[in-house]
Amino acid sequence: MNHVINVQVENKPGVLARVASMFAGRGFNIHSLAVGPTADPEMSRMTVVVDGPEMEQIIKQLYKLVHTVKVTELTPGQGIEREVMMVRVNAEAAKRAEILEAAAIFKAKTVDVGLSTLTFELAGEPDALGDFLELMRPYGIADLAKSGRIAISRDNKTNGRKGRQRSA
Amino acid sequence: MSQTMTGAQALIHALETQGVDIVFGVPGGAILPAYDPLLDSPIRHVLARHEQGAGHMASGYAHATGRVGVMVATSGPGATNLITPLQDCYMDSIPVVAITGQVATHSIGNDAFQEAHTWGISMPATKHNYLVTDAADIPEVINEAFHLAATGRPGPVLVDLPKDVLAATMTWHDPKEIKLPGYRPSVKGHPLQVKSAIDLILESERPVLYTGGGVIRAGAAAELRTFAELADLPVVTTLMARGAMPDSHELCLGMSGMHGSYTATTAIQQSDLLVAIGARFDDRVTGEVASFAPQAKVIHVDVDPAEIGKVRKADVPIVGDAKAILGQLIDVMEKKLGGNRSPERTAWHEQIAGWQRDFPLAFEQDPEGPIQQQYVISELHRLTDGDAIVVAGVGQHQMWASQFWGFERPNTWINSGGLGTMGYAVPAAVGAKAGKPDEIVFAIDGDGCFQMTMQELITASVEGIPAKIAVMNNGSLGMVKQWQKLFYHERYSATDLTNHTPDYVKLAEAMGCVGIRAERPADVVPALEKALAINDKPVVIDFVCDPEAMVFPMVVAGGSNDDVIMSPADLPDPAGPQPEDVI
Repeated sequence: MNHVINVQVENKPGVLARVASMFAGRGFNIHSLAVGPTADPEMSRMTVVVDGPEMEQIIKQLYKLVHTVKVTELTPGQGIEREVMMVRVNAEAAKRAEILEAAAIFKAKTVDVGLSTLTFELAGEPDALGDFLELMRPYGIADLAKSGRIAISRDNKTNGRKGRQRSA
Repeated sequence: MSQTMTGAQALIHALETQGVDIVFGVPGGAILPAYDPLLDSPIRHVLARHEQGAGHMASGYAHATGRVGVMVATSGPGATNLITPLQDCYMDSIPVVAITGQVATHSIGNDAFQEAHTWGISMPATKHNYLVTDAADIPEVINEAFHLAATGRPGPVLVDLPKDVLAATMTWHDPKEIKLPGYRPSVKGHPLQVKSAIDLILESERPVLYTGGGVIRAGAAAELRTFAELADLPVVTTLMARGAMPDSHELCLGMSGMHGSYTATTAIQQSDLLVAIGARFDDRVTGEVASFAPQAKVIHVDVDPAEIGKVRKADVPIVGDAKAILGQLIDVMEKKLGGNRSPERTAWHEQIAGWQRDFPLAFEQDPEGPIQQQYVISELHRLTDGDAIVVAGVGQHQMWASQFWGFERPNTWINSGGLGTMGYAVPAAVGAKAGKPDEIVFAIDGDGCFQMTMQELITASVEGIPAKIAVMNNGSLGMVKQWQKLFYHERYSATDLTNHTPDYVKLAEAMGCVGIRAERPADVVPALEKALAINDKPVVIDFVCDPEAMVFPMVVAGGSNDDVIMSPADLPDPAGPQPEDVI
């Protein structure tokens, strides 16, 4: 099962290498990893999707890195997860209309039109991206780029609960 | 103090500020600027003959003194040669700081002469590491490096300093307050967990205190003894904890695990409660995890939260410093007992005493036969009254030293436990003797180990560091040979060293040491007496030992600790399943 964890790290040179090296050295599998700035310029956020049962060890090992400030596990359904994807689909003239129709249903944006392909941009829940991809697969996927998942916990005021925070 | 100086001067000044009195290193191109102000510093530099030697010296120094050891090397090969000692210190939680030179910042990434990506290479082998790109950062970086090395779970920290950063001018400032928002090691244990632990201990009928190197690192030997006596707990001292509890104490059972005593291993197996303190359930201790101490509840005290639950689920986890938590455990236990004695566990103590009686650690020295290593160790203990720092390499001699040396105080047993670094003993003994010049420092080394790092005896004699080395010369890589004997149908592939080349006596003399040879059991005591009488030079004794001896007790790698093999007669059928997937 995939788990989503947010790792707040100090924005220091090499911090991504430290996290990646720890995962590799401990034999943990990274499904996807996205890094970006946070509201605090001294901090970065990594959203890591991991599979495997060793969640407790992963979180503890992340905390052992000196630059890790906070690790939050977003239990399924309790965080808001998004991903961006760009996909180039083979689209011969005869198929173009139906492909565009399907894209419209998913609210995918057409970002490039070629002689024999169409390129879409789609942002949303990871499941929706997967569904769209399955729909496009029969036409032939010429190229695909995904951002990796980013996630944020829900505020307490809404129906969701905040992600579980585990401290070291 | 606010004066203009070079980065190199700032580095040396920062080391002085940390109270560093000695560093072990080898200079080279990129680190040259740092060696110049070292001439004007009260810090002593010990010139090792190989950077790996410098690293193990820093480790031996840290082991013996409890202070942070410092190793220095240049860029490229200098730095890569430090990787083994760094990983060794990482595995055994030894506080050291490595200072490495680096090519100038503008050359980094250009495959410059003696360039290596030291920061990247050392990352997984250190607790933390730095590449300094601005000389103005040196006061903070060195301060942080020593803080990280010594606090929490101690470990190695590397600081990589490009040559232009060392040469640049900066204005010295005292380091600002350490700001590490992600580094807040726990010290005191959670009071409710401490209370739960005491409740479990009072309920238990067959408890064992399972102690690890963390007790020694925390300086908690006195608290350990007080608590063990107060709560009436038998104590197992694992390889890294030898000396944490006096071996002469009636509650001390010694080392458990793969080559532990039958009593220590079996007491853990039969226990209903394990109180693990500063121990990490290493595979050499547990054997097959599924069958390890199957009836035991576990209280796990460790400063590193990641160790808790890593191998064995803890019923009561307590995160914090071993010394602080033992203090809390003592307080709560004293209140609970209210002056009464701890509940009597007569049956448990009698059972343990029975094992000790029936399955003692023992050896036989045939006066006409070859020298047994255990005999050398026992006689050395007798002649020194056990009052020495013992350093070991890795292999049979290490296990026998741990088994047959009676340790009475902490920081007197120095060895490479986690990484199992052959060649550790000679340089570590030099580092220990440099840090504790008034103590007898005796390395018990194997001939295979000795040949890996013996050149550091040149360092020892030139620098006037009279460590003593007993080379247990069995002409082979003994532990590997033992496994070939037991598990590979006596097919001895690449384990024969021959016991006549090199000539260790001549070699010792060539390196400025005194060389002594003992070939028969009758030679052992005179050789040791002669070595102990020499205090102005390093001494090497070549003990020509039994090449066929094997270490027992033994639990087969990956096997259950229920199956302790006491002698070759107990061995499983060599035609049976072979341990192919376990090391």
